[in-house]
Amino acid sequence: MNAIRVLAAPEPALPNVQSFGHDPLWITIIKAVAIFVFLLLSVMYGVWMERKLISRMQHRYGPNRAGKFGLLQSIADALKMGFKEDLYPSKVDRFLYAIAPVILVVPAFMAFSVIPFGPTVSMFGEQTPLQLTDLPIAVLFVLAMASIGVYGIVLAGWSSRSPYAVLGGLRSSAQVVSYEIAMGLSFVGVFLFAGTLSTSEIVAKQASGGTWEVLGLSIPMPSWYVVMLIPSFLIYAITMLGETNRVPFDLPEGEGELVGGYQTEYSSSLKFALIQMGEYVNVFVVSAVSITLFFGGWRAPWPISLWEGANVGYWPLLWFFIKLVLVFGGFIWVRASMPRIRYDQLMAFGWKVLIPLNLAWIMLVATVRAFRIEGADRTALFTIAALVVVGCLVLFFRFDTVLQRRRETRAEELKQEFELLEEQPAAGGHPVPPLDLPHYHGADRKEISSGIH
Amino acid sequence: MELYVPILVLAVLAAGFAIFSLTIAPFTGPKRWNRAKLDAYECGIEPTPQPVGGGRFPLKYMITAMLFIVFDIEIIFLYPWAVAFDALGVFGLIEMLLFIVTVLVAYAYVWRRKGLDWD
Repeated sequence: MNAIRVLAAPEPALPNVQSFGHDPLWITIIKAVAIFVFLLLSVMYGVWMERKLISRMQHRYGPNRAGKFGLLQSIADALKMGFKEDLYPSKVDRFLYAIAPVILVVPAFMAFSVIPFGPTVSMFGEQTPLQLTDLPIAVLFVLAMASIGVYGIVLAGWSSRSPYAVLGGLRSSAQVVSYEIAMGLSFVGVFLFAGTLSTSEIVAKQASGGTWEVLGLSIPMPSWYVVMLIPSFLIYAITMLGETNRVPFDLPEGEGELVGGYQTEYSSSLKFALIQMGEYVNVFVVSAVSITLFFGGWRAPWPISLWEGANVGYWPLLWFFIKLVLVFGGFIWVRASMPRIRYDQLMAFGWKVLIPLNLAWIMLVATVRAFRIEGADRTALFTIAALVVVGCLVLFFRFDTVLQRRRETRAEELKQEFELLEEQPAAGGHPVPPLDLPHYHGADRKEISSGIH
Repeated sequence: MELYVPILVLAVLAAGFAIFSLTIAPFTGPKRWNRAKLDAYECGIEPTPQPVGGGRFPLKYMITAMLFIVFDIEIIFLYPWAVAFDALGVFGLIEMLLFIVTVLVAYAYVWRRKGLDWD
């Protein structure tokens, strides 16, 4: 039968949920401080790398004055923000205005605590996994933290009491929650294969794909989920841009229409620095999640993995870091190549394309997966598979014809309007406003109708 | 419970850093009073008056939030099913198919009533 057989026995040091929660407190503190410092440095040099890379893509030099290759540019920027005036505009809700950046930045850091960096190692004589902690619901925890981060955005916009900030905050939060659904759905395929939500176990499951024996041949299965679940990964790649408000989905910072979005009133001080830091840490969180769920986590890629020492000790930190830099480089590449998309297109894409596609793909994966279960009822399965395919086709044709009909109606309307205009040219003239409209002279003065003076 | 202690440690570190930045910011920067600087930024024109406690906002955003709740709950049901897929087998697959079809009815209704359209 089509049995899945694990190629090699798992290595002794492969952590799972049971390996966590036994560390002494000082080891926990060391690991937490290490992650914290790693993230601070990542934000600094992430900003540097982004500016440098995007400059090169646009035929510029980028920062090259502060330090060699501009390496100290981020430190200079942070110092400058620290010595700027800490401004509280007169209308703002002072408490919420101050606390919003904190709400934005803390969950972003917390989400990193379940990201696996490596296998069990010996740290100062203690055996401990290179991961702060793991939960039976680790991926759900990351999603929860992303949801709490939305509060920071909403409150930042709401407490600013400025039309740009309020609209930017609302837009941004609507976009983030919409893309979060597609993001959550794109994980389901991974859970179907892994059978767990714990990040360390998902990485362990990608150690070896096993072999699939069909017709007497044993076909080795690829071990990274990105190979088997490429549609899930593509959807995730799109949603992680939407979730972190990056180009081409950086609507909140659509400076042509909303100035700075929810951060308009946070004019350059440490509060602004915190917001920026929260956004960058969020980018690193979604990148790290994509590595953990789709790119084999800290495990070495194929040619390196032939070396036995590749997946033991502290080496996996290096593989993880290289993967993180590559995924982050992808973000920058997208930013250099894509224009910003319009808000209604963004929402329509998230709700009308990503979600149905995702659901159809999940049901397809689940049906194929059900064939692998021993002793499954084949007739029932074929019926379900046929139903799923027919359902997808019906959905596709239904909406295709709806769009077709809408296009035809629109063309018909335009034609009628054109004919009307040809008959009576005055019907399509510009609307002329009445001459005695009241003028608006600001908040403090009374409204004066223009007829008086 | 020990699994959650490290998360708290990291949260305390991050919150400590953020609150520290907030508290030192007023002391490191200069203070120069200027009425225009304290107004809400509106590209140089007089700021739009805002009612105390915040203004109104388009209802569209609330509908999006409500729809988000519906689909988020759907995801919460999908996760345990995906994790226990091998144990539930074909029965679980049929049940989930029925559940998704039920949610899709609501989805098609919202789509038809233009709940997913922006202008």
